[in-house]
Amino acid sequence: MSSYNIRVVALFSLVAVLFVGTGFIQSWNVALTIFNMGLISAIMALGVNMQWGYAGLFNVGIMGFVALGGLGTVLVSTPPNTEALAAGGLRVVGGLALGAATVIAAIMAYRRLKTYRGWITAAILLVGFFVFRAVLDPGVEAVEAVNPASAGNIGGLGLPVLLAWPVGGLLAAGAAWVIGKTALGLRSDYLAIATLGIAEIVIAIMKNEDWLARGVKNVIGLPRPVPYEIDLQASSGFRNFATGLDADPVTASTIAVKLAYAGLFGVVLLLLIWLTQAALASPWGRMMRAIRDNEVAAEAMGKDVTARHLQIFILGSAVVGLAGAMMTTLDGQLTPGTYQPLRYTFLIWVMVIVGGSGNNWGSVLGGFLIWWLWVQVEPLGALLMEGVTAGMADGFWLKGHLLASVAHMRLLTMGVILLLVLRFSPKGLLPER
Amino acid sequence: MEPLNALVSLANFVLIPATAYGAQLALGALGVTLIYGILRFSNFAHGDTMAFGTMAVILTTWGFQAIGISAGPLPTALLALPIGIAVTGLLLLGTDRVVYKFYRTKKAVPVTFVIASLGVMFVMNGLVRFIIGPDDQLFSDGARFLITAGDFKRMTGLDEGMAIKTTQVITVVVAVIVVAILFWFLNRTRTGKSMRAYSDNEDLALLSGINPERVVMYTWLIVAALATIAGTLYGLDKSFKPFTYFQLLLPIFASAIVGGLGSPVGAIAGGFLIAFAEVTITYPLKKVLGYLMPEALEPDGLIQLLSTDYKFAVSFVILIIVLLFRPTGLFAGKSV
Repeated sequence: MSSYNIRVVALFSLVAVLFVGTGFIQSWNVALTIFNMGLISAIMALGVNMQWGYAGLFNVGIMGFVALGGLGTVLVSTPPNTEALAAGGLRVVGGLALGAATVIAAIMAYRRLKTYRGWITAAILLVGFFVFRAVLDPGVEAVEAVNPASAGNIGGLGLPVLLAWPVGGLLAAGAAWVIGKTALGLRSDYLAIATLGIAEIVIAIMKNEDWLARGVKNVIGLPRPVPYEIDLQASSGFRNFATGLDADPVTASTIAVKLAYAGLFGVVLLLLIWLTQAALASPWGRMMRAIRDNEVAAEAMGKDVTARHLQIFILGSAVVGLAGAMMTTLDGQLTPGTYQPLRYTFLIWVMVIVGGSGNNWGSVLGGFLIWWLWVQVEPLGALLMEGVTAGMADGFWLKGHLLASVAHMRLLTMGVILLLVLRFSPKGLLPER
Repeated sequence: MEPLNALVSLANFVLIPATAYGAQLALGALGVTLIYGILRFSNFAHGDTMAFGTMAVILTTWGFQAIGISAGPLPTALLALPIGIAVTGLLLLGTDRVVYKFYRTKKAVPVTFVIASLGVMFVMNGLVRFIIGPDDQLFSDGARFLITAGDFKRMTGLDEGMAIKTTQVITVVVAVIVVAILFWFLNRTRTGKSMRAYSDNEDLALLSGINPERVVMYTWLIVAALATIAGTLYGLDKSFKPFTYFQLLLPIFASAIVGGLGSPVGAIAGGFLIAFAEVTITYPLKKVLGYLMPEALEPDGLIQLLSTDYKFAVSFVILIIVLLFRPTGLFAGKSV
């Protein structure tokens, strides 16, 4: 075995030990909860790695694509709200269509016209904006007025929730196309700021547009692709199975549900790894890395750098959107208020950098390792702080403060880990080959 | 008197708040632009540097209040500023020593610095939350208003009131003083000139015997001062919450980029442009237009172009428009 392979085996074994250890020391439920989110984190990291590792695109708007994936879940899997659709659905759709038409008209005008094109474009946008609001607003009001305490949104298509995953990816891909078309020509730092802004806008829209997915009122009780614990406990077959294993049926049912999710997510992750590895090894992957390493040379060889960047930006964002849809399915709810850039953008970046940019297995490793740390730093920090404060008198202000602040240790730890890896192992734990 | 009422209403709800906000953004953007010009990377930790500086000022303010030092009608935080700046300066010099210096000696590519600044961002964010907590802190004391809306109505006899908060006046006055000192420093002093030379052409500056480490050190100290002052003014005017400061990163970067990264004048212009656009577009203009139009034409709705929560969209759209049509910003910044 080459030293690289030994490294891969050793590091993945370490992660396995961490999870198994969590199972034995804390509980298997905790271990599986972390593991499921680890699977999703690994997929997000794969998406970011495609953009950053293959193509060198600095996208710090991951949070927006994750949220769009979640929106996809709601729009596909919840039952349609026929009453609301009848009240204002047509106006909403018409308003959105007019808004899109305005933007297209403005772009056409800017491209085609020769004289006064700036003024005419501005006029189209201004008039279009007011028409858009005039058509959309009453529709929105009508939709939101229907049963606002429990609904007040247009609902979804009522399709199986598994279908929502690719749709979430598609939604993110669509957004990525729009962003890529405008911002990909920009320099790397500008692209970073632009994507940062887009993510904030996506979250602002999801928080404010109650007609879409209830905004900060949250959508709860999303359909699940796996059975409910209660139903498992009620089925005699499952109870017999659990007693056969000498397990408590309640615990067994929670673990069975988590294992079912893990199976679904695992299939998606394996499929994606297979695809991304194949892509990376293909001529296309070599072209991408050539573009990343020297844009000018690649362009001189006849590669269309802008088009390839747009392509990989869309693909990577779609993978992130897919993971976002899976996450919302796992949570069973969409809560736009909980999307924070540190957690959903920068933490994923830590996973990619620590794992090793450009290496798919590295991203998967980073996803599991960093997610495990993110969750476990809190109990570990609490232990540490109890040790530090053990000698202090009860009621001493510093003791209370230190114990209360343990929750904030994780940000500090993540920063330190990122800086240490960047300094002493700049290619990450599993370097690109 | 109707146009006058409209003007007063506009001033009260749009012009005055936007001027104060613009001054705060400009000071923040100056810090970003200086780092970009001299250290040549976009510092994602700038929002959290501001939060850290403000936290240092708040803690000092509480200390002063506890031992009974106050500035009369002015907020005590102004007295605490020098100490806050000193603490932040030490932190930034320490960060440079531990983190950035290594990559500078290695002549790493700019994006490595940016990723390092992400790490610094996490650490500072954690540090601030660890020390002062993630909650809102109000630390403004002294007189609240220079002119209250009621006083203004009595003085002028207009229907519309105009309130001027002490913090708004302080913001503008402090910002003007800081910018004047900064420009004097950059244009008149030897160190300032060497900083500009280093920013314009690194190799030439090194050949003429400018010590790069000295330039970098002064840059961090100035950035510490700018970030602490910007953060404190913002906190006095609104309130201090670590997460809000992190979110300020977007309008601040937009200001710096719109003005042209690396250009101090551009940063100031960009700050005010973003602030005025944000406040105008997210403020319901019904009252203002109501005074100007005949009653028959008076608007029904609030004429709020976008809800306040979309303020990010405003800085973003301006940023994109400027970048698409003038890729180096309004005041021709540099690109690395």
